[in-house]
Amino acid sequence: MNGVTVSAKVNGDAVQYVCPPDESLLDVLRNRLNLTGVKEGCGTGDCGACSITLDGRLVCSCLVLGAEAEGREIGTVEGLSEGGKLHTLQEQFIEKAALQCGICTPGFLVAAKVLLERNSNPSEEEIRYALAGNLCRCTGYDKIVRAVQSSAKIMRRGKKASR
Amino acid sequence: MRFESPTTTKAAAALLASESGVAHVLAGGTDLLVRMKMGATEPDLVVDIKRIDSLRELKVTAAGVHIGAAVPAIMLGESDKLRGLWPGVVEAANLIGSDQIQGRCTVAGNLCNASPAADSVPALIAAGAKAVVVGTKGKRRVAVEKVVLGPGRTSLARDEFIEAIVLPARAGKSADAYLRFTPRTEMDIAVVSAAINLTLSRGIVQSAKVVLGAVAPTAVIVPAAAKALIGTKLDDAALAKMVTACEAACNPIDDKRGTIEYRTKVAGVMARRAALIAFERAGGAK
Ligand SMILES: Cc1cc2nc3c(=O)[nH]c(=O)nc-3n(C[C@H](O)[C@H](O)[C@H](O)COP(=O)(O)OP(=O)(O)OC[C@H]3O[C@@H](n4cnc5c(N)ncnc54)[C@H](O)[C@@H]3O)c2cc1C
Ligand code: FES
Ligand code: FES
Repeated sequence: MNGVTVSAKVNGDAVQYVCPPDESLLDVLRNRLNLTGVKEGCGTGDCGACSITLDGRLVCSCLVLGAEAEGREIGTVEGLSEGGKLHTLQEQFIEKAALQCGICTPGFLVAAKVLLERNSNPSEEEIRYALAGNLCRCTGYDKIVRAVQSSAKIMRRGKKASR
Repeated sequence: MRFESPTTTKAAAALLASESGVAHVLAGGTDLLVRMKMGATEPDLVVDIKRIDSLRELKVTAAGVHIGAAVPAIMLGESDKLRGLWPGVVEAANLIGSDQIQGRCTVAGNLCNASPAADSVPALIAAGAKAVVVGTKGKRRVAVEKVVLGPGRTSLARDEFIEAIVLPARAGKSADAYLRFTPRTEMDIAVVSAAINLTLSRGIVQSAKVVLGAVAPTAVIVPAAAKALIGTKLDDAALAKMVTACEAACNPIDDKRGTIEYRTKVAGVMARRAALIAFERAGGAK
């Protein structure tokens, strides 16, 4: 099988890889770039554990080919923390115990980050709709919703303070 | 498998024409990559159409709407103008999957995948949408309802693909609506769906189109249901007549998600509710 050579940006850093033309971006991220924060739950777009951003849009990396990413900007959960400091969402997921086994957590974090960038004060209903593409087998979702709500509050306050 | 990402429609059509094995256009990949993963298709060639700049265009004017075949469904909902003109088309397209799926999936892909339950298709047909089809011999325009022949089958030739979906000019006092029934609120496939497009004149329905989804191998246009609405203010008798016509047009499957009897009954209910929503959106008052 002929490999495809791809240059892209992941979490701001330039990367290059060669992958078979039918390999998913999920497999590229995990197996070639060692970004194992991206998880595979289903491989068919149903669970959202593989959520990433592609040129700023939330997508399932299991439903993107590695070959498609040429020149694109990819964002994964590894890009959330800055200089070793966790993102507010990560802190709040820990604070509110919004995870148990943790398989779904990276996907929820990436999806929640995209939501809060678009809507800094989402209602509970808006949060539940925005996270409908992410499945969690353990928590029952309530703590996840609370963690996103408290993150939104903290982040809104932070914005005001830095103004 | 070969992966190609041409930058012109001409190059894309030439690639499709030259492949003797299995060739697939790749738009959002939310159907194609799932089918590849399941082994339902093993393409020799995949042609990614998202690098063709003209296919990424969404143009919305009162004279018509042009939805490039590489425009993700999420962008339709982001256009206030499009939501204002064609609320039914937008709500149908935005029902497809989750936000993750929305960021990738296209309405042209929803159409070409040719599922009887495809959400955007009834709304596009009700809107009078046309597909701009391009191939090695040039371009043609075809009504959306002529694209799907049956589950998984389209009328496109090997070298052809859809470049854009276009919606006609919008008359004043017009609106559309789409409703589907699913056991879950999100992330589910329509058991039954209905799309209605209405134009009013002095508060009375002047023209109408009624389309049902998931009740037959392809979406079904129900002229008798539309006729029942025309010349009325959607009074109870007109609605009852429309419901009867919808039920008569159903030829659904029988499965664990819905019996024939159930799907037929719910089709009428969805159509009735969608008609009332479209009527109100168009400025109608009972
Ligand atoms: C988790 C999940 C949930 C979903 N939920 C829904 C739902 O609620 N409702 C619904 O209707 N669908 C749903 N789908 C199915 C799918 O997302 C839609 O059908 C979507 O619109 C397909 O568009 P795409 O651009 O991703 O198509 P692709 O996967 O890229 O293509 C689909 C098919 O059409 C062909 N094709 C694509 N574009 C063109 C073109 N321009 N010209 C010619 N051929 C073309 C491809 O070759 C392929 O055979 C869901 C899918 C997943 C994975
Ligand atoms: S692994 Fe991609 S959605 Fe489940
Ligand atoms: S914490 Fe286990 S799946 Fe969500």
